[in-house]
Amino acid sequence: MAEFSLPPNSVIKATGKTYPAPAGAARTKAFKIYRWNPDDGENPRYDTYSLDLDATGPMVLDALIKIKNEVDPTLTFRRSCREGICGSCSMNIDGSNTLACTKPIEEVKGEVVITPLPHMEVIKDLVPDFKHFYAQYASIKPWLQTVTAAPSGEERLQSPEQREQLDGLYECILCACCSTACPSYWWNSDKFLGPAILLQAYRWLADSRDEMTGERLDALEDPFRVYRCHTIMNCSNVCPKGLNPAKAIADIKLMMLERAG
Amino acid sequence: MGNGTQLGRVRGLGAGGGAVVHHWWLQRVTAVASLFLVLWFVFSLARLPSLDYASTVMWLRQPLVAVPMCLLVVSVFWHFRLGVQVMLEDYLHGSKRVIAMLALNFYTFALAALALFSVLKVALSAG
Repeated sequence: MAEFSLPPNSVIKATGKTYPAPAGAARTKAFKIYRWNPDDGENPRYDTYSLDLDATGPMVLDALIKIKNEVDPTLTFRRSCREGICGSCSMNIDGSNTLACTKPIEEVKGEVVITPLPHMEVIKDLVPDFKHFYAQYASIKPWLQTVTAAPSGEERLQSPEQREQLDGLYECILCACCSTACPSYWWNSDKFLGPAILLQAYRWLADSRDEMTGERLDALEDPFRVYRCHTIMNCSNVCPKGLNPAKAIADIKLMMLERAG
Repeated sequence: MGNGTQLGRVRGLGAGGGAVVHHWWLQRVTAVASLFLVLWFVFSLARLPSLDYASTVMWLRQPLVAVPMCLLVVSVFWHFRLGVQVMLEDYLHGSKRVIAMLALNFYTFALAALALFSVLKVALSAG
């Protein structure tokens, strides 16, 4: 049976700390952040940090870095590029999965509630465990596979039109915002590959240079790996890069239908 | 069976293959077929002068009513079975799913057979 309720040790307890804004701050904003430490044996809690917006950068990631640097160094989160290209700072902000570095604070009304990506094992605070997600990515063999030998001394050529087929696919940064917004992925992530990995799978199905299309479709032709997608569209709604994983999944289904006759 | 590693667990027993794309496609085909047949059913009943027993029996004895009625039964029950299977696969795991699928198949086939028999009994009875 799918798990609809949190196990007892994951229930959020009302024991969080509150950190007030610095004295004299004119424009303040509260950040209510999920905290869980694997070492103290306690249940998760929300800590609330009030910041002076006039002394904080514009994005949610700026606020998180300010909190870690100046208020509470124990706050744990992933970040790297701070410009929406690495996918490290994916988290749930104001009820929606997105990248903290490209989410403006001013878009959130009231306090900014931040939790880890939904339905993932938490390692600490806002850091989820991506091992299974990455293994799913490896399982679709995300590299060019050919039968023809590599051309000697030159590149494998593609026309501009063939290259266009990869637009809207190659931009995926594997932040997992889409997969962890998908109810089908919540209930069946052990077998369902989820929108991010399926969009990546389609990226190789759509590549004019790849010659393993049939084998790739064979590996996807499974009631759980692909067909748990019920076109709920949360994936396309949340993608911080504006991509459309739901359409990629529909295209995979159409390819399967075309070859089945 | 390679379930001791992260990638081994993802690869699992391999892809199920088979009729999975037809399952998905037939769910859409029966949805559209049921839409047309239900519309026909409603309009056909609405055009009857009266809904009493005698006129309903006369209505169902016409070949151009009995045949679409049989198609309606097949399409709706087929769609029902495919759709409930998807829900069971979503929410039930392991042996629970197998038992639920058996129950679903027995229930659907029994009710569909009963409905088809009822239509044919009226349609083919001497009158």
